[in-house]
Amino acid sequence: MDQVNLSIDAVEIAATPGTTVLDAALGAGIYIPHLCHHPDLKPAGVCRLCMVEIAGRGTTPACLSPVEEGMVVRTESPEIRDLRRVAAELLILDHRPDCLVCAKNNRCELQRVAAHVGIDAARLARLRRHEKTLPVDDSNPFFTHDPQQCVLCGICVRTCNEIAGVNALDFAFRGFDTMVATFGNDPLVKSRCESCGECVVRCPVGALAAKDFQQPSREVKTICPYCGTGCGLLLGVRGNRIVGVRGDPDSSVNRGILCVKGRFGIDFVNHPDRLSTPLIRDPAGGSRFPGFREASWDEALGLAARSLAAIRNQYGPAAIMGISSSRGTNEESYLFQKFMRAVVGTNNVDNCARVCHSPSVTGLSAVFGSGAATNPLDDIEETEVLFLVGCSPTEAHPVIGMRIQRAIAGNGVRLIVADPRKTRLAQSADPWLPVRPGTNVALLNGLAHVILREGLHDERFIAARTEGFESFAEKVQAYAPDRVAAITGIPAGDIEAAARRYAQADRAMILYGLGVTEHSDGSLGVMGCANLALLTGNVGRKGTGVNPLRGQNNVQGACDMGALPNVLPGYQSLEDEAVRGKFEAAWNCKLPVHKGLKYTEAWHFVRRGRVRAAYIVGHNPALTDPYLQRVEEALAALDFLVVNELFLTKTARLAHVVLPAASFAEKEGTFINADRQVQRVRKAVDPPAGCKTDVDIICELADRMGYAMPARTAADLMDEIAAMVPLMAGIRYPRLEEHPLAWPCLDEKDCGSRMLYEKSFPRGRATFRAIDHAEPAEAPDASYPLILTTGRRLQHYNCGSMTRCTPGLSTLCPEERLEIHPQDAAGLNVREDEMVEVASRRGKIRVRARVTDRCSPGVVFLSFHFEEVPTNALTGDRLDPMACTPEYKVSAVRVAPVEGANVG
Amino acid sequence: MERRLDAILSSFAGQEHELIPILQQVQRELGYLPREAMLEVAQFAGVPESRVYAVATFYAQFRFTPIGRKHVMVCRGTSCHVRGAPRILEEIERQLSIKEGETTPDLSHSLETVACIGACGLSPCIMINNKVEAKLTPKKVAVLLRKAGDDD
Ligand code: SF4
Ligand code: SF4
Ligand code: SF4
Ligand code: FES
Ligand code: FES
Repeated sequence: MDQVNLSIDAVEIAATPGTTVLDAALGAGIYIPHLCHHPDLKPAGVCRLCMVEIAGRGTTPACLSPVEEGMVVRTESPEIRDLRRVAAELLILDHRPDCLVCAKNNRCELQRVAAHVGIDAARLARLRRHEKTLPVDDSNPFFTHDPQQCVLCGICVRTCNEIAGVNALDFAFRGFDTMVATFGNDPLVKSRCESCGECVVRCPVGALAAKDFQQPSREVKTICPYCGTGCGLLLGVRGNRIVGVRGDPDSSVNRGILCVKGRFGIDFVNHPDRLSTPLIRDPAGGSRFPGFREASWDEALGLAARSLAAIRNQYGPAAIMGISSSRGTNEESYLFQKFMRAVVGTNNVDNCARVCHSPSVTGLSAVFGSGAATNPLDDIEETEVLFLVGCSPTEAHPVIGMRIQRAIAGNGVRLIVADPRKTRLAQSADPWLPVRPGTNVALLNGLAHVILREGLHDERFIAARTEGFESFAEKVQAYAPDRVAAITGIPAGDIEAAARRYAQADRAMILYGLGVTEHSDGSLGVMGCANLALLTGNVGRKGTGVNPLRGQNNVQGACDMGALPNVLPGYQSLEDEAVRGKFEAAWNCKLPVHKGLKYTEAWHFVRRGRVRAAYIVGHNPALTDPYLQRVEEALAALDFLVVNELFLTKTARLAHVVLPAASFAEKEGTFINADRQVQRVRKAVDPPAGCKTDVDIICELADRMGYAMPARTAADLMDEIAAMVPLMAGIRYPRLEEHPLAWPCLDEKDCGSRMLYEKSFPRGRATFRAIDHAEPAEAPDASYPLILTTGRRLQHYNCGSMTRCTPGLSTLCPEERLEIHPQDAAGLNVREDEMVEVASRRGKIRVRARVTDRCSPGVVFLSFHFEEVPTNALTGDRLDPMACTPEYKVSAVRVAPVEGANVG
Repeated sequence: MERRLDAILSSFAGQEHELIPILQQVQRELGYLPREAMLEVAQFAGVPESRVYAVATFYAQFRFTPIGRKHVMVCRGTSCHVRGAPRILEEIERQLSIKEGETTPDLSHSLETVACIGACGLSPCIMINNKVEAKLTPKKVAVLLRKAGDDD
């Protein structure tokens, strides 16, 4: 684009059209005082400090003036000096001059303004009116709000609106009393504030400031260990401690923005409950953990190696099950599956994608030919219509949630949401489709029906790039809106409106989550989404596609690395002799040919005595798997269980040997996020004395079992991965230093593939899948009349082992609550905050109630973050037949107040 | 409240620019703006609740607590001011343990300040439930409030 030339204080500057005079000046290193300007936000022009003189226009705020060709700007004049002095004085008047003890000391824009403008102390004293005393709000565990220090720049208000999309703050009261306040001037924790901290990092003064801020002595660039968004982090380190976190402004994923978990949830790394010595089960105890004694690494690894070898020798390698961590690095997952295949000799290796996104792999592969996100998440801003199915990004993938809010507000993106709960985004949806849990397939077929009936499908795309259209079209004939309305509970008119909106857009994008996959027909639900994209030609172009929102930070990578029982790394076929030969030669072993066990099936085999031992890395199925009574039974029945963990989780407590592992901040490696970007994870601090990285642990275990792993560092492992996995052949650490690379990345010149299927599909054509609705495994009936569905809370993550070690997150969300619709609550005599018992055919738990119309009538909701409220004691283990993923999202339950528990 | 609120909202289209008229009607009907009502209005008008609060607190006409059985209005006009209205106000605040704009928890009294009430000759003066009390001193205020408190 052509540049615009202007002169500022006689300096000739070329600026991009559309930028403001203020941005142009600051970019050229010319300081103009300013307080209400922030580069991420729309200009507001309220502080009046940035006044400049523009030839022919007089004095005007630089932040509101776009650059123009030939503009002549002066940043100083006697008149401007006066204006600025008055503006600055008015701001400083009521500002407590305690700079040295202010958290923003040295980073404060007001100090800079004052220094530039020059402040006369005597004049200030004369001007000062009666002292105003406003209380500091320190209710939020992570930051304080001190209205007395506020310069009313409005940056926080605009940040909460434009960046976070939460709108917790606004200016309240008037005149001298004006202040930034929440609704009702409530303390922040009682407001809608989601504690993302975005306003805190932008506040130019100490009015919003992080508690316990410590200036780090160095920063380490890495990736957030929580959700699959994969935000870039800069860990602030002093000595060997992490003292703070900043969003990485250079990350294309989050551009510096973080959610509450990423910004404030890293305390678990320094937590005193971290394991720091290997533990061996011993009824006599002897460690700080009852039932375990401390052991040397030598003894613990020796025992683990001997036990695994003995079981393999006696019962065969198939008697051992391995579960890799979806939170660990790619290098670790690769090494782990290699250990299971080459050292133990079994394909019984899996990862926790089994209980979340395996249906994405089966479903997307069935339609497109490959099982991953089709488009970059940047396309959220490029699309016209965004269709969210069974996901609540504002809670589970918060930074994606913020991007969606921004896309709606800033880019006019229209939103359709299918979700049984009225999630925050559902409130901005038009229409919101409150689908009865377990009826996604009917809904998706119904949408296709309307699209076909009204001729809104993309015939050219269908003819040129797909197959199987006729049988699909025939199948959806049976899904007229009236019938679908009866099945799903959504008004027929809304189904038609949604179909039209999605199909009539030039670009429409589908994002879906566990609300699609965690069903007994999860794979079919995924196919239903992919079918819709094919039908409307929404594939292979900017702003289109079908993206699963992956749950854990590296669940994509754990699958890509072959921690799966049916494929080798990079989804290479076990049955293909050439492929097997390649791996056998490289790994110097004989590979088992038979597919291994999916781990959700493995529990049944334990009961039958066919699986006798397990090796689990960083995963807690005793809390996170459905029907956990059975899982617990199975784990307890194993002859031998070895677990690598940071904390003594419920699963680790059942182990014979527990090996203390390093956290994400203590090792090198890579994660792959939800849109297939391979990103570097870097070591910031040393692991606590006594811990080892998973790579070291697995290598040393292999040594003791007589197999020397040649690649023993993360970088060497990545080279081995590149050599063995064609999809990732071009991925090397030095290249990742620059920026992430999205697979497929076929050689060292390939810059990766942000978008898939532009020209063709892996099988040439994509395949429509004719699918049918089936009722969920468990329907509500007279004894269990409600449907329980499950999900996440913003402040917590998975089994809670990491987030619950961050005290502030526990303050914000201290315990689980059962969400129940007011209508159901009234009928059952359940009141807010009261203890209720929730029972399913499998078990019962006690939990307090939250009466809210976020839930549809007939549906109740629980998360599974809290060991005290083991939601998965209720959920069933009916599996999706293709992916073996359990139906977490539909269980029939009954709810009753607990007699006696609510007195007093 | 729910039903009275629904009745008010049903005469509006649910748009942001209707915010002030809606709030005015709510206050006319309910005497003040209860929290729940503002939350409802926010949802109805598609405006963040923080925005509703911002707008409501910007205009002096809105109140956030119900009016007490004795509604005390202290004149702040020039004449009253010079003759000691600030001390009168202070005394009332002390007696009732509330600040201006607030209502006692037992709803017996509410307190507000107003511009000249047109009785400058009798200043400083206040109004209790539209009855003017003239030529006040802090001492008289104490007696007056006790009396006003007794007779309900
Ligand atoms: S922390 Fe985030 S949600 Fe809370 S007020 Fe600030 S920007 Fe808004
Ligand atoms: S709290 Fe900070 S960001 Fe918000 S208005 Fe005040 S000074 Fe500006
Ligand atoms: S959105 Fe996910 S990846 Fe980003 S900071 Fe939050 S938890 Fe971490
Ligand atoms: S920076 Fe321009 S008016 Fe505040
Ligand atoms: S100034 Fe008080 S009545 Fe006029």
